[in-house]
Amino acid sequence: MLKAIVKVTLKEKILDPQGKAIEHSLHNLGFLSLGGVRTGKNIEISIDENDLSTVEELIKSACAKLLANQVTEDYEYQIFDDAGSTLSRFTSRHGVGSVSGHAG
Amino acid sequence: MAHKVGVVVFPGSNCDRDAFNAFGTVLNQRVEYLWHKDTSLDGADIIVLPGGFSYGDYLRSGAIARFSPIMNEVIRFAEQGGLVMGICNGFQILVESGLLPGALLRNSSLKFMCRQVYLRTETSATPFTSGLQVGDVLKVPIAHGDGNYYADESTLNRLQDNDQIVFRYSTSDGEITPESNPNGSIMNIAGIVNAKKNVLGMMPHPERASEKILGSASGLMVLKSVIENLN
Repeated sequence: MLKAIVKVTLKEKILDPQGKAIEHSLHNLGFLSLGGVRTGKNIEISIDENDLSTVEELIKSACAKLLANQVTEDYEYQIFDDAGSTLSRFTSRHGVGSVSGHAG
Repeated sequence: MAHKVGVVVFPGSNCDRDAFNAFGTVLNQRVEYLWHKDTSLDGADIIVLPGGFSYGDYLRSGAIARFSPIMNEVIRFAEQGGLVMGICNGFQILVESGLLPGALLRNSSLKFMCRQVYLRTETSATPFTSGLQVGDVLKVPIAHGDGNYYADESTLNRLQDNDQIVFRYSTSDGEITPESNPNGSIMNIAGIVNAKKNVLGMMPHPERASEKILGSASGLMVLKSVIENLN
């Protein structure tokens, strides 16, 4: 059993009004050095598969089909084993299909 | 002869009855509700995806409804040239399904907007606006939190070149101004059609402006145009 954490965020060029509202509130509270606030969604998934490349394909396909709207959103994911070690990570941010790096 | 209007009902739809009233009671058409789990359109001549909050807007507005069983049939119907009209949440479902380009983001104000707006008709060369003239202004309500239309530049150019922008938010005189834009939509876009012009998506509710007693009857011309084009 592997576990994935998927993070979905608006693409950088798209205004994130929620992030802006949070940023304004932070500034009002005196956190003047904090900026560039962006929000997103965190989706945790358990996968009943043990083969890492199969799991990567499944998660990528789930992101492309449902979890992210690729017109407006980027996604990234990390895959973990039972012990919580990262087996793989990926981001769509620099063009869908580019693997940013493997760890563990 | 009355035509058969299929109104798809998703869990969380709440303007299905408004669509029924406008097409059925006001325009004397045969209206049938189609449950989202159905796998047949039951011989409908036009499909309406109504407003509401299908699946509670979970994940993204329209993202889950887009995979309801009936959507396979709706997509097939649209690809064969059938008339499909998505209003509000229906528009969100159509962009999620890929039948219409672009996306609908959170309103730039972050506020749920519920009020009357004015729409300038941008084209009469669609089955949904053939009874209108370019420049005609409609007074129609909006009620949405995610109506901020977005498309990248090449998509916008394509929409303009192919005359696919149908309605834009305007003043009561038909002037397109930043102040008349209720949600931050790019170019004040309120409604578009696909390249073949048989699929319309719009955030405002023409079916809720179909009788004087509702505050405006100017949305009726959109529904009438559709019916005329089926004749």
